[in-house]
Amino acid sequence: MAEDVKENNAAQAATIVRTVRKNPRCTRSSILKFIFLSFGFMFLYLPIATLIVFSFNESKLVTIWSGFSVKWYFELLSDRQMIDAVLNSLIIAFSSASMSVIIGTLAAIVLVKIGRFKGESMFALFITAPMVLPDVIIGLSMLLLFVAMSNIIGWPEKGMVTIWISMVTLTSAYVTVVVRSRMRELDTSIEEAALDLGAGPIKTFFTIILPSIMPAIVSGWLLAFTLSMDDLVITQFVAGPNSSTLPVLVFSKVRRGLNPEINALATIIVFIVSVCTFVYWLSRVRADRRRKRDMRLALNRKD
Amino acid sequence: MQNKTYKINRRQKKLSGWHKYAVIALPYLWMSLFFFVPFLIILKISFAESIDDSVPPYTSLISFNSEDLKLNFSAYLGNYAAIFDDSTYLYSYLKSIKIAFISTLLCLLIGYPMAWAIASSKSSLRNALLMLVIMPSWTSFLIRIYAWMGILKPEGYLNSLLQWLNIIDEPLQLLHTDLAVYIGIVYAYLPFMILPLYTAIVRVDYTIIEAGYDLGCRPAKCFFKLFVPQTYSGIIAGSMLVFIPAVGEYIIPELLGGPGANLIGRTIWDEYFMTRDWPLAAALATIMLLILVVPIVLFYKTQRKEITQGAK
Repeated sequence: MAEDVKENNAAQAATIVRTVRKNPRCTRSSILKFIFLSFGFMFLYLPIATLIVFSFNESKLVTIWSGFSVKWYFELLSDRQMIDAVLNSLIIAFSSASMSVIIGTLAAIVLVKIGRFKGESMFALFITAPMVLPDVIIGLSMLLLFVAMSNIIGWPEKGMVTIWISMVTLTSAYVTVVVRSRMRELDTSIEEAALDLGAGPIKTFFTIILPSIMPAIVSGWLLAFTLSMDDLVITQFVAGPNSSTLPVLVFSKVRRGLNPEINALATIIVFIVSVCTFVYWLSRVRADRRRKRDMRLALNRKD
Repeated sequence: MQNKTYKINRRQKKLSGWHKYAVIALPYLWMSLFFFVPFLIILKISFAESIDDSVPPYTSLISFNSEDLKLNFSAYLGNYAAIFDDSTYLYSYLKSIKIAFISTLLCLLIGYPMAWAIASSKSSLRNALLMLVIMPSWTSFLIRIYAWMGILKPEGYLNSLLQWLNIIDEPLQLLHTDLAVYIGIVYAYLPFMILPLYTAIVRVDYTIIEAGYDLGCRPAKCFFKLFVPQTYSGIIAGSMLVFIPAVGEYIIPELLGGPGANLIGRTIWDEYFMTRDWPLAAALATIMLLILVVPIVLFYKTQRKEITQGAK
């Protein structure tokens, strides 16, 4: 009994000593943490902040403040070329994200669910390589393919279709990675139960697997959408004369120097992206909270 | 064990016959046609000769209407010879590699502390911080680079600030220098460094480090001998995600670099769009791809290891 108490005391003393010894380290590391994060985020966000502030500048000279004005927004919105480019970009981003979600999900199923098959490693390489290769190489190779194809079969003409094909090829890789990592986390016992109870593989896919990988498919779609909205290099290679997308137009303007209209555009893009991010984040936090509450309720019921 | 073999058997039964091939077919065909075939074409055209005023502007290696293919097959090595003869091409390869390498190191130096700070924050805060890291990359790449044009210009924000603080009298030439290219690359690719580093750091086993401390290991030594080795996979993955695209970067040297910053991505672009020498552009791209094989393989190896470790 006495020994027990002694041991307990010794253990307590050890913990106290440890916490005391740890504490100065803790505070020092939290100061360091704060410094790293604040400098890091300043580096990431200050440039964007300058864009936003100077989009409300009256002067055409972007870097010199001369007064508050929103005239560049009106100028931007009345720029016919700009509106057309935005529409082109939206059409391409929407359609290529939708297609690459199909290809990427199928590829993820192949990689996770179908074990080994002939040419499997080749498949894995093909499907993810567009993610790491420099854009210049992908753009040039796509373009040379389209030129060769239209020489032989007379299709496709350079334009929206070629941009769409290139974007699907590029973004499928990202969708595959996102969906694949979600599928790996899935508990296979439910689908095994479904299969044991006589559901076919197709039915199992649509009733069990698809609903559980849906969040990953949605984030894959969003990622593919932003990537194809943003691509310049590949698009520039494969675009035709009448299919200029937003980045292509912005690039041709920016090359000539600073332009307050681009600042206004940047502000709008940043605004849209942050609203979407916030909504997405909020929905995730809510879903998480709901899941926790459900778990707690389930546990309580057990008692 | 028994259970395991049973599972594998059933998994094979699950998707077989035409189902299996139907699932494989679409992604496989798509990626073969639009990803693999283009590389063969690049390789082929790099051996062709450039001719002006024709569509497409290069000779074909094999003439299609001939009966004897062997006779008419000719591979032209002139493009490769031209690249190795002309020091400007070699120079732009070396310069691209140098700039990509240094920017990768800078990203690592900035990204590692940030990734550590995020990984060691409260778990409720982590997701929000990660979101903040990724968010800039969801806005336009081009516009983020454009922002630096305004900052680095002779009459830009940075020069005005330095002059206002009386640190400099004359504005510094910052835009159109290599320094601007470094800043641009680090800025644009930092999130791609932080994310893999974060995934590695968040998994670090702190009991080992505690043990090191208890055994009297100094903090610095502890960090380099016990902490960093546990994050090698993240370091390699992040470095490759920065290095590989940085080697072929076009937009950043074009907008921020000087006329002398002819990195290889820009050289390929100019050969294609300005000189319209397609075979030379294809040959330049082929060599660039060969240079990138080593980092790409390295990247895939760490990814594969990661996946098998995750499966355990």
